[in-house]
Amino acid sequence: MAGYPAWDQDSARTIIAGLAHLEGATLPMLHALQDEFGYVDPQAVPLIAEALNLSRAEVHGAISFYHDFKTAPQPARLVKLCRAEACQSLGCEKVVAELAAEHGIVVDGGPSGDALVETVYCLGNCALGPSALVDGELIGRVDAARIAGLCQHGRA
Amino acid sequence: MSAAPIRIFVPVDAAALSVGAEAVAEAVIREAAARGLAVEIVRNGSRGMLWLEPLVEVETPEGRIAYGPVAAKDVASLFEAGFAAGGAHGLRLGKTDELTWMKRQQRLTFERVGIIDPLSIADYRAHGGFAGLEKALSLTGNEIVQTIKASGLRGRGGAGFPTGIKWQTVLDAKAEQKYIVCNADEGDSGTFADRMLFEGDPYLTIEGMAIAAVAVGATRGYIYLRSEYPHAHRTLQRAILKAEAAGLIGASVMGTEHAFHLQVRLGAGAYICGEETSLLESLEGKRAIVRAKPPLPALQGLFGKPTIVNNVLSFAAVPWILDHGAQAYADYGMGRSRGTLPVQLGGNVRRGGLIELAFGISLREIIEEMGGGTLSGRPIRAVQVGGPLGAYLTAEQLDVQMDYEALAAMRAMLGHGGIVVFDDTVDMARQARFAFAFCAKESCGKCTPCRIGATRGVEVMDRIIAGTERPKNIAVLRDLAKLMTDASLCAMGGLTPMPVMSALNHFPEDFDRPPLPLAAE
Ligand SMILES: Cc1cc2nc3c(=O)[nH]c(=O)nc-3n(C[C@H](O)[C@H](O)[C@H](O)COP(=O)(O)O)c2cc1C
Ligand code: SF4
Ligand code: FES
Repeated sequence: MAGYPAWDQDSARTIIAGLAHLEGATLPMLHALQDEFGYVDPQAVPLIAEALNLSRAEVHGAISFYHDFKTAPQPARLVKLCRAEACQSLGCEKVVAELAAEHGIVVDGGPSGDALVETVYCLGNCALGPSALVDGELIGRVDAARIAGLCQHGRA
Repeated sequence: MSAAPIRIFVPVDAAALSVGAEAVAEAVIREAAARGLAVEIVRNGSRGMLWLEPLVEVETPEGRIAYGPVAAKDVASLFEAGFAAGGAHGLRLGKTDELTWMKRQQRLTFERVGIIDPLSIADYRAHGGFAGLEKALSLTGNEIVQTIKASGLRGRGGAGFPTGIKWQTVLDAKAEQKYIVCNADEGDSGTFADRMLFEGDPYLTIEGMAIAAVAVGATRGYIYLRSEYPHAHRTLQRAILKAEAAGLIGASVMGTEHAFHLQVRLGAGAYICGEETSLLESLEGKRAIVRAKPPLPALQGLFGKPTIVNNVLSFAAVPWILDHGAQAYADYGMGRSRGTLPVQLGGNVRRGGLIELAFGISLREIIEEMGGGTLSGRPIRAVQVGGPLGAYLTAEQLDVQMDYEALAAMRAMLGHGGIVVFDDTVDMARQARFAFAFCAKESCGKCTPCRIGATRGVEVMDRIIAGTERPKNIAVLRDLAKLMTDASLCAMGGLTPMPVMSALNHFPEDFDRPPLPLAAE
């Protein structure tokens, strides 16, 4: 939504054509589309299938296999909260509980205002956890209030 | 009177950024300008002392002086105190190289990380970069492979397979196209060495991959990087472009007849893509379903062609070995674990970070002496080594040495060298439940023991935690663990019982507590 142009079939086709020369181009195409529009519209499936001479089922199968790819427009801000072991040992589950109880933000529970908070397993910041990746920016020693503030900010 | 600018180092490593390094860099620029001081800000990698990040260093005639952890608000007072000349200040730590944490290490792979400007080819060369590749270009493929064999290097990605033997298989295979694939999926909790290396010294892995390509006659390579590392991704992409522009890789490797075209490919948030055959499927654009072995990827790998798949740290060890000789590398280590291991210390620990040492240091020395015990100040209760598929050890077991065989002998594993510390508030039954839940979520789904077994495991753990027919359910748990170990196609399902069983066997009291509602007073 905010920050991303609406899905546009022609520019999607251009993006796909621009990557068709790569070996195993499916993931690069899906990433490029998601970078451009914030998600991969189901209309991309036949375009990719045709460009790479794959069946639609193969392309759809790839999209659904990977956690990263979204098939509908997403909230403006994406927060990935690490809930793997090192962050667990530093209290990430307490952060999850506080987000729900004190801020009404349910992790993996769909959009909270204009933000989406999702679980991720390890961000490579295990000595400075709990960690979160907020719109691609890594944050260490994070707590519930900080995340809630960032979600609030995303609404502006 | 134009004196050379003062060099100030502010890390651009993602962990340093995660605790404010960017604001510190901005403050340094601002304060220096306000004082009319000529400074050159170098955005280096992290020295690995992550609890001290942001760690700022200043170059003085006596060497580099460290200050940390520096917050943006401290910068003005640092300048007041004359830190640009190494002046005294509450945050002054002393000469970086002489800090206990640094002095204790044996850095071969990480020798340049934190020292150089990561993207400067000139800096990389000035610190010995590309000497290994130059050496390799003067040798035959077979001579390179023999050198790697003689070094004793074993794959650092987890399984510990001898790297030279893998390369030999690819060298001996006849094919018009061969590939070099770098496994940078680094999905294990508690590991961040690959990320730090890419952000702090990206040319090293590129050089290692180029040596592999020259050795076996491969002309194309891919670095498969997990998407959770956007920062490392940017650095790598820029490094590859610069290396190509400088003629180090590309159509001609350093002006020779060898071509090596390298690309980074991003994963998309699936732990199983770290498993090498699943990674290859993903690179081919498919769902990342594990392939049965044989055929080995070395013979039929990417697009069915002979392929070397190695971990980042395996490739990164190679230039040093070529440059200094196989024996010099093999002189480090113990038993069949030769060379050095970048150890990653994380979780509930006071001084967490990256330590590179020869194999053989004990877990206790790492956690207690270098790590300083828990961050919470409470007693250590459990330590997980080797990622989510690794065992939980007790505080009594920490005298074990870091060595593939020593850990295997106690039903644990070294994995990618990640150590995660837990204090006494941990509930090991919950950790066992998490191991199954993680496997259920990340299983590729190809085989039943893993796909269904992990889900059943969560259910059994729920009954045990709730206090329902405990002895019977613990028997079911042991049965299930045995089945998953024996019948899973890959180590995802096959090793998930390791954290579960180690939790049950070492911490049985957590599986035999009053049901939770009663426990809450
Ligand atoms: C579930 C699973 C996850 C794995 N994750 C990684 C990983 O993130 N990085 C890695 O290098 N190897 C990983 N491996 C090991 C690889 O399959 C493979 O052994 C390794 O990349 C070979 O490189 P090496 O010989 O240099 O270690 C994983 C294996 C399994 C079963
Ligand atoms: S053990 Fe799990 S991850 Fe491995 S092949 Fe079987 S289903 Fe896939
Ligand atoms: S476990 Fe959370 S960042 Fe690694």
